[in-house]
Amino acid sequence: MKKEIIKILEELRPEFDFNESVNFIEEGMLDSFDVVRLVGELDSRFGISIDGTDIIPENFKDVDKIIELLTKNGVKS
Amino acid sequence: MNLKFQNKKISGILTIMPKNEVKFEDGIHNYSFSVAKSMKLKLVMGYNSTRIVEDGVCISDLCTHGLNYLFEKKLLNKDEIDALILVTQSPDYFLPPTSSVIQGNLGLKRDMLAMDINQGCAGFLMGLFQSFQLLEQEEINKVVLLNADVLSRKVSKRDRNSNPLIGDAASVTIVEKSETPNTIYGNIRMDGSGSDVLMIPAGGFRAPSTSETSKMTEDAAGNFRALDHLVMKGDEVFNFVQREVPPLIEDLLIKANQKKEDVDYFMCHQPNKFMLQKLADKLGIPREKMPSNIVENFGNASGVSIPTAITYNLGERLLNDSFNICFAGFGVGLTWASLLMEMSNLRFCEIIEF
Repeated sequence: MKKEIIKILEELRPEFDFNESVNFIEEGMLDSFDVVRLVGELDSRFGISIDGTDIIPENFKDVDKIIELLTKNGVKS
Repeated sequence: MNLKFQNKKISGILTIMPKNEVKFEDGIHNYSFSVAKSMKLKLVMGYNSTRIVEDGVCISDLCTHGLNYLFEKKLLNKDEIDALILVTQSPDYFLPPTSSVIQGNLGLKRDMLAMDINQGCAGFLMGLFQSFQLLEQEEINKVVLLNADVLSRKVSKRDRNSNPLIGDAASVTIVEKSETPNTIYGNIRMDGSGSDVLMIPAGGFRAPSTSETSKMTEDAAGNFRALDHLVMKGDEVFNFVQREVPPLIEDLLIKANQKKEDVDYFMCHQPNKFMLQKLADKLGIPREKMPSNIVENFGNASGVSIPTAITYNLGERLLNDSFNICFAGFGVGLTWASLLMEMSNLRFCEIIEF
């Protein structure tokens, strides 16, 4: 799952190295519109619909948080 | 707050849409973002084209045009209008009320009531609630509810947060007493502590427009706008809608003793496609029951988006068929409201151009 998430992030913002980052939001790698696009991609690739109330910056700050979010929304690790 | 109304109906809806169409791509070079990034966003948010009035066109022009159309087609008799309610956030003037301007334009009778209500995204609901209450009066038998906004004139063309989604339009909804007994359920909630989430900071009495308020400045995300422009904290609006609207609708259905499956359509205010799809998923209803195609075809014209969702998606079907419809409006204020009613046998349900 981690590889797939990194791949999606790199497609969204190819100018950044998501393996090296500690906090995607604080480091300015993802803004709120990137998060919307990311949710669209995650929904489509994993066949889920991430709960609207979970779409807050905190849940997208690093890959571990995104994995946690996907697991909560029904994706099996 | 829960509301209940007896023996009222909607007997016609007309949307008045400006002819002038602006494509998302037309404004893409005004934004401080790459074209590729903006085009990807277009797909997720459902941005495509908006309808924008020509310079100088005001809401009274759109409303007068719509009502004259109904008079000429003999779909409405001007002497029958006992009350005119206009819901808008872009009036022609601070004073007089624009509803008075429209009454004068049309030469309506003097023995009537006309009023403006300052509401936006929940404006169709607020207007219906007010119409239903007026119809409790013995001498009021027919209310014309007007929703109209031309807020494109208050949006910065360099603001990708708001510019791609704002459209202009007006609607005329005829509300009257029903011969067939019925019950309409509604509810409304408000939180003025969020009044800065959607606002135009300057141009009123608190901060009159000056050369200072017209200066463009860049926000943290790279959008340019002035204090005279509309500003929307998009992520806060999104979170508010996802958090507050599902329980609002669920409470309404409980009060009405109905299930989600009993509702034919959920006609909601449409800020963008993504928000509505998430709302439908959260409520556990099929996305096709909650049409989200108004922003991509016309733009978000505030309180006009729900009537447009009805005229565009149901149109002539409402002249003969009957549908159980849940309306939900949410946004500026903050205000969120919903309403459940049966709609059938309308005299008209269509879109015309201005």
